Amino acid sequence: MSAVIARDIVKKFAEVPAVNGISLSIPDGEFMVLLGPSGCGKTTFLRIICGLEQQTSGDLMIGGAIVNELPPRARGVAMMFQSYGLYPHYTVRNNIAFPLKTQRVPREKINKQVEWASQLLGIDHLLDRRPRQLSGGERQRVALARALVREPTALLLDEPLSNLDAKLRTMARQEIKNFQQRVGLTTIYVTHDQVEAMGMGDRIAVIDHGNIRQVGTPTEIYNDPADLFVATFVGSPPMNIVTHSGGGYLGFRPENFLPKNMIEDGAATEFKFRVDRSEYLGAERIVYGVLDGFESKQIITAKLPPAHVDEKNIRPGEWHTFAVKNSELRQFDKNGNRATSH
Amino acid sequence: MPRTLRKILGETSFFVGVAFFTILAAFPFYWMLITAFKQNSDLYNVTNNPFFFNEWPTLEHIKYLFRETLFARWLWNSLVIGVCVTAITIVTAVPAGYALARMKSKKGEALGIAVFLTYLVPPTLLFLPLSRIVAVLGLQNSMWSLVLVYPTFTIPFCAWLLMGFFKALPAEIEEAAIVDGCSLFGAFIKMAIPLSVPAILTVVIFTFTLTLQEFVYALTFVSSSDQKPITLGVTTDLVRGDVFFWGELMAGALIAAVPVAIAYNLFLDRFITGITGGAVKG
Repeated sequence: MSAVIARDIVKKFAEVPAVNGISLSIPDGEFMVLLGPSGCGKTTFLRIICGLEQQTSGDLMIGGAIVNELPPRARGVAMMFQSYGLYPHYTVRNNIAFPLKTQRVPREKINKQVEWASQLLGIDHLLDRRPRQLSGGERQRVALARALVREPTALLLDEPLSNLDAKLRTMARQEIKNFQQRVGLTTIYVTHDQVEAMGMGDRIAVIDHGNIRQVGTPTEIYNDPADLFVATFVGSPPMNIVTHSGGGYLGFRPENFLPKNMIEDGAATEFKFRVDRSEYLGAERIVYGVLDGFESKQIITAKLPPAHVDEKNIRPGEWHTFAVKNSELRQFDKNGNRATSH
Repeated sequence: MPRTLRKILGETSFFVGVAFFTILAAFPFYWMLITAFKQNSDLYNVTNNPFFFNEWPTLEHIKYLFRETLFARWLWNSLVIGVCVTAITIVTAVPAGYALARMKSKKGEALGIAVFLTYLVPPTLLFLPLSRIVAVLGLQNSMWSLVLVYPTFTIPFCAWLLMGFFKALPAEIEEAAIVDGCSLFGAFIKMAIPLSVPAILTVVIFTFTLTLQEFVYALTFVSSSDQKPITLGVTTDLVRGDVFFWGELMAGALIAAVPVAIAYNLFLDRFITGITGGAVKG
């Protein structure tokens, strides 16, 4: 288990930059999520860490040593691939044992380690099957067991849940997180799913176009987005952004955008809101519409508690007075960066 | 009623079609088979029905092949050439196909096409420069010249075939092996090769058949009877002037064809997987 430090990593494919100078320090035992849209360079960055790609420039340190020139096998990291990359011609047992066999670990130790890893993940009854005889969830656990069996310096996960259905995904998320906390392994997790990122990460690095836009805890990322990209990428529905009189932008989360009478105390900013459509989602009601006097590229959304607001009070076409507490308003300058802290 | 009628019509036309192509494909083989066992008096009597045995079958032609000609030697030569060429082809085409499939830049694709183009140059053109090479190496009039020359057309085609197969193989498996402690070569040996056994078998059968049926190079480079492979031996030593020893010719062809037919049928499923492997995702 080791810290992973990247210093100004650049990766170009035929002069086109995929990673554009990423610096990131991941302390020992941290669960770091790399979050970004597809094609933002997060997977490339992960592949540079494990050594499957060679960076064009920049330094990478694992456990205090520069590993720029080291081949993957000398870095001691484990990686779990999007489609798991299980060895189809090996049994589960041999899949899990493989990283140890390549290191010429004595057989008794291999058996002991395979037993440990398979029991930890509850797959000890599957050891003599082959990958194609396993369900998606079981395959994922085998891949995880294979990654953990040799006690790696760091665990890299590349969208490991994207092949699972929604129900399994929630369970697997929990499992990976629990497991990581128990073992205390430095973990780098790549995803484009902000729910996974928020739910699992100790910290999140939001990446776009090969650059880190913000690094912070899920709370920091959500409450204090560093720029418009982070503000609109994280959160569902995303933060509402309207153009501000001073040439900048004003942002507020849909759940803070409420009918005026629901704002209890403190200074608030009022908006004239025309309702276009509303969706009842059980735990919440999402209301879509436009604001009077403010320009916005997106449809403005409000996320309301359905107990307080039912269909009769909010009808399409009606104008309502909504408000946002001033402490919940976020200001961005005309370049899209955070203007002032609240 | 019309539906049943249409069904019957459909099935009938289907089987008529199948029967037509089966007969078309099987007829030469059938002709070879009966000719090989016909007595000469039956074979050369123009009043006989040529499609059936008119007299009792005989093993005379086969006996003649083994007693009066170097047929056993030709068979052996063909086998030796086939095994050597197949071995050379596998050893070179498997890594070549793998490299072409995994090269990331556009150069890989261009190189792949270039390799395939060399396969398209006809042997009737290539034997001129190749005969110089064969002469320089002192292999004239030796079956080993064929072991040298045949890979020039088996390797490009097989490398191309294998490239398609390796491209369809998910790179993640090899990458996982590399992260798990293999070198690139180790991942190739431990992952890519075991997973491409169907394709490699295809290449083995293909190469072996190709060398077994090759004629032009054999005719150009080999003239001593004891160095000839079967295709050349049968056609040159059993056609004397304008006299065709039809019974012996067909018996020779039959003996050469049967092992290949058996091999094809045994590996038919794997063969189809190998050929179509790159086309459809499993």
